[in-house]
Amino acid sequence: MRLSSIVVKKNLLLKMGFTVALFFFVSLFAFQFLESTKFFPIGVDTVYAAEQAVTAEKPAGAEAKPDAKKEEYQPAPKLTEKDYPQVKGINGRIMAWLVAQLHLWFAAFVLAVPILVFIVEIIGMATKDKRYDKMAYEFIKVSLTAYSITAVFGGLLLFTLVIFYPDFMRYMANIFSPTMLAYAFLFFAESACLYIYYYGWHAMEEGTAKWVHLTIGWMLNIIGTVLMFLANAWVSFMMSPHGVDAAGVFEGNIWHAIHNHLWNPLNLHRTVANVAYGGSIIGAYAAYKFLSARNTEEKAHYDWMGYTANFIAICGLLPLPFAGYWLIAEIYAYSQQMGITLMGGVFAWLFIIQAVLIGALFLSVNYYLWCGMERSKGAERYTKYIKYIAFVIVACFLVWFTPHTLIMTPGELKALGGPYHKYLGPLGIMPAKNTAVNIMLIFTFLSFLLYRRCNKIATVSWAPIGNAIQAAIFVAAIINICILGIYYGYFTNTVLKVGSSVPQVASTLFVIISCMIIDVFMFKGAKEVAPLQWGKIPDRSQYALFILAVSFTWLMGLMGFIRSAIRQHWHVYTVFRDNSPDAFTPTIGYATKVVSIGVIIFMAIVIFIFWLAHISGKKNVSQGAHH
Amino acid sequence: MKTFLKVVIFSVAVILFYAFYANVMIPQVRPAPPPAEAKLDMGSLTMEQFIHMGDEIFHGKGTCELCHNPVGGRAPLLDQVGKIAEERIKDPRYKGKAKTGEEYIRESMKEPSTFVVAGFGVKGTNDTQSPMPVVTSGAIGLKDFEVDAVIAYFQQKAGVTVTVQLPKETPKATEETHVADPAKSGEEVVTKYGCGACHKIAGQQGALGPDLTKIGAKKNKDYLRRAVLNPNADIAPGFPAGMMPPDFGTKMLSGEFEILIDYMVKSK
Ligand code: HEC
Ligand code: HEC
Ligand code: HEM
Repeated sequence: MRLSSIVVKKNLLLKMGFTVALFFFVSLFAFQFLESTKFFPIGVDTVYAAEQAVTAEKPAGAEAKPDAKKEEYQPAPKLTEKDYPQVKGINGRIMAWLVAQLHLWFAAFVLAVPILVFIVEIIGMATKDKRYDKMAYEFIKVSLTAYSITAVFGGLLLFTLVIFYPDFMRYMANIFSPTMLAYAFLFFAESACLYIYYYGWHAMEEGTAKWVHLTIGWMLNIIGTVLMFLANAWVSFMMSPHGVDAAGVFEGNIWHAIHNHLWNPLNLHRTVANVAYGGSIIGAYAAYKFLSARNTEEKAHYDWMGYTANFIAICGLLPLPFAGYWLIAEIYAYSQQMGITLMGGVFAWLFIIQAVLIGALFLSVNYYLWCGMERSKGAERYTKYIKYIAFVIVACFLVWFTPHTLIMTPGELKALGGPYHKYLGPLGIMPAKNTAVNIMLIFTFLSFLLYRRCNKIATVSWAPIGNAIQAAIFVAAIINICILGIYYGYFTNTVLKVGSSVPQVASTLFVIISCMIIDVFMFKGAKEVAPLQWGKIPDRSQYALFILAVSFTWLMGLMGFIRSAIRQHWHVYTVFRDNSPDAFTPTIGYATKVVSIGVIIFMAIVIFIFWLAHISGKKNVSQGAHH
Repeated sequence: MKTFLKVVIFSVAVILFYAFYANVMIPQVRPAPPPAEAKLDMGSLTMEQFIHMGDEIFHGKGTCELCHNPVGGRAPLLDQVGKIAEERIKDPRYKGKAKTGEEYIRESMKEPSTFVVAGFGVKGTNDTQSPMPVVTSGAIGLKDFEVDAVIAYFQQKAGVTVTVQLPKETPKATEETHVADPAKSGEEVVTKYGCGACHKIAGQQGALGPDLTKIGAKKNKDYLRRAVLNPNADIAPGFPAGMMPPDFGTKMLSGEFEILIDYMVKSK
């Protein structure tokens, strides 16, 4: 009785979410309308009005000026502190920061899940294994409440920005209004698809209907991706403005503004990161369900779900460093100054924290794989190698987070005592880091290969040769990567230093692809020594999944801060200055405190969502029992 | 419930660990505050604030201290210039238009070569050319009211009567500099940012820094990029560190920067 009333509340919550979202999107339209009629009584217009009032006493001609170009696009306004409305007791920047970040977290999750679900659904169709379909359905159910929460935060974000940064929003709307309308429209299309996809799941489970269902899933993903790309355009425009002149006057071609220098690198990095992120959150969900499971059947299901989610997270994780370096390379290409601010200035320390986090991600992924070997007795053959892999990964990790040259303003230099790290300087250079990352990836892949074969013995006649070839590929690639790193890092001039990364990445990819192909053929029809027993994994392994989810969330918060902070005191880099009292760059400690608070709020909401899913799950089970 | 608590405590612990690491293990550098922008609100400005503004420009944005410091001996000290200025006009070598100390200082800043302090001219010009950049253009780019603020600061420091007037209204000048068209050729960039004040480059004869007319033959692109963005990374032998302004990177548009680097690479 009580349970069902809570379920009713859940539906209520969904509806409330949509109502709120609807309200805000309507206000978005309204905002645009007011904006175009110059009705909005805050910001630049007030300044203009005030200026005109002052100049009114002067001879004519002075007044005519501001009107002359009214029809055309205005340059970016020059604001003063007074143009930023202050609300007592609320710090506008922190509010906007937290709300934007929470929106981003939920959005990333909500966009990722349909991708995962779509893939899992296809796998389920291909393998005719009902388990996949069941899991996919469970995924999407978890993301449903998150979806309305995303919308609520999106609306709240818009609201916050309009309140605290009215002139900035007006400027952006002036340029981007068509995309903002498209965004609102796509949001509704996305909601529609999601609802049909979810509620139609069981109705469209067989035959042709399944294909229709799959098509809707496909559309859901396309719309979601376009939605994100639009938002990325706004964000990347703020970093690398394009289609405006030096004073910020929009030249009229919106495609130029969208397709700015950092748009595509950001699109790629975010898409991939979202998949990895979605995997990690679902992994945490499964881990929690595993830990609180009552019977072996449930345990097996959630162990398997956790494993699959983690696997997806790894697949996303592997290409991320490369996408990340591309993004950074493009930032350098766009503005050396921004690049140096990013990797050389105070922010350099943020990348050391980033390295610690990514190291934690890799270690927990590996740890989980090693624990997973306990699912099969056959794994005992391999456990002795684990300590070596662990050693290599930790060593690479240490190289990776060795600080790079720190270029700073004289004052910052004084505070730190010099631009180079005293002892570790040589390890901080890029080729050393590239080498470390690549080796870390190769060894993570090795963990995975060992895991794959822990319950099997290859029966094909050429198995010894296959193993030898694989070993040779590993050794050759590692030597190759090291030599490349050492040669480029220490024996050539600076111009060529970056040259090492491409052949190194090529070596890594070659290992992964060639060994995977060999492995697939070698273990075709392999003999099972001891079956994988899902659910037979120690509880402590599940905590690796929590570390994964929490670290990922925290990392995203940190990177979101970096992305926003490297614009420094600019709303739109080099054309629209931020003159609010909060335009300063905070210390790392301050920033990470805000990020941590954000993560805690996010986690609290996620736990709430899981709890709702849990309760309605129970209801479904009890309903099932009645039928 | 026990599992639930365990998971929550564990996750919070992970978050706290990261927060702790970032707050305690990482040095807390306080980033420089955003560079001050010309104050728009002039109506309520007092002379005291105006002098303070001049002080800040002299030590910061004006980059005057790069040359006017007691260490390098490359430019005269300015703490008494408010007083000295009046003597300068009486100097027989003086051919400028200034009638008062205030006008002399303004002239020194806007047309440095009008009068060159003995011994400080560009080498070989017999004190007819000043190595000092025009402070109202190029990289320094002071507005007229900022020049006034610096003069007020000099006068106050030298203990003479402050004769400059407070600016009356919002200086429109701020608007114009931003709209300034981006430079389109190497020469234009050099002129816009006043490299010629210190370097022999693009027909200009600065002598405080290395000759750049054949720099492309000696240095590669990467080196030149660094030389402009972070001048103190490598110091050209025989020249002082810290003189070349370190902030061209923030001031130039990235397009201009590329043009400049290409221009230097091709200077062979
Ligand atoms: C590139 C080095 C350099 C920079 C930067 C520079 N100066 Fe100078 N300045 C000189 C030299 C050299 C002289 C002496 C030659 C001359 O009189 O022109 C000089 C002369 C002067 C004089 C005349 C001094 C006298 O005794 O007659 C004034 C006033 C002055 N500078 C003000 C400034 C101010 C204000 C700034 C910053 C906004 C500044 N300078 C930046 C190099 C520089
Ligand atoms: C205030 C004087 C000053 C100004 C203005 C100045 N420089 Fe310099 N520059 C120097 C000095 C002094 C050095 C030598 C010390 C060093 O390497 O930092 C130097 C060094 C250089 C070098 C390295 C030369 C070598 O052989 O290593 C380059 C390139 C250069 N400057 C380019 C420029 C450009 C381009 C501009 C204009 C955007 C400019 N500089 C403006 C003073 C100046
Ligand atoms: C395994 C390695 C990496 C992981 C797990 C990772 C993860 C992430 C995540 C989750 C985001 C947030 C995406 C979003 O907001 O949608 C992000 C953004 C970002 N990453 Fe990475 N990243 C990795 C490597 C790198 C590298 C190597 C760099 C550069 C040195 C980098 C630079 C950035 C930047 C600048 C952003 C900000 C863009 C934004 O907020 O959208 N990343 N990263």
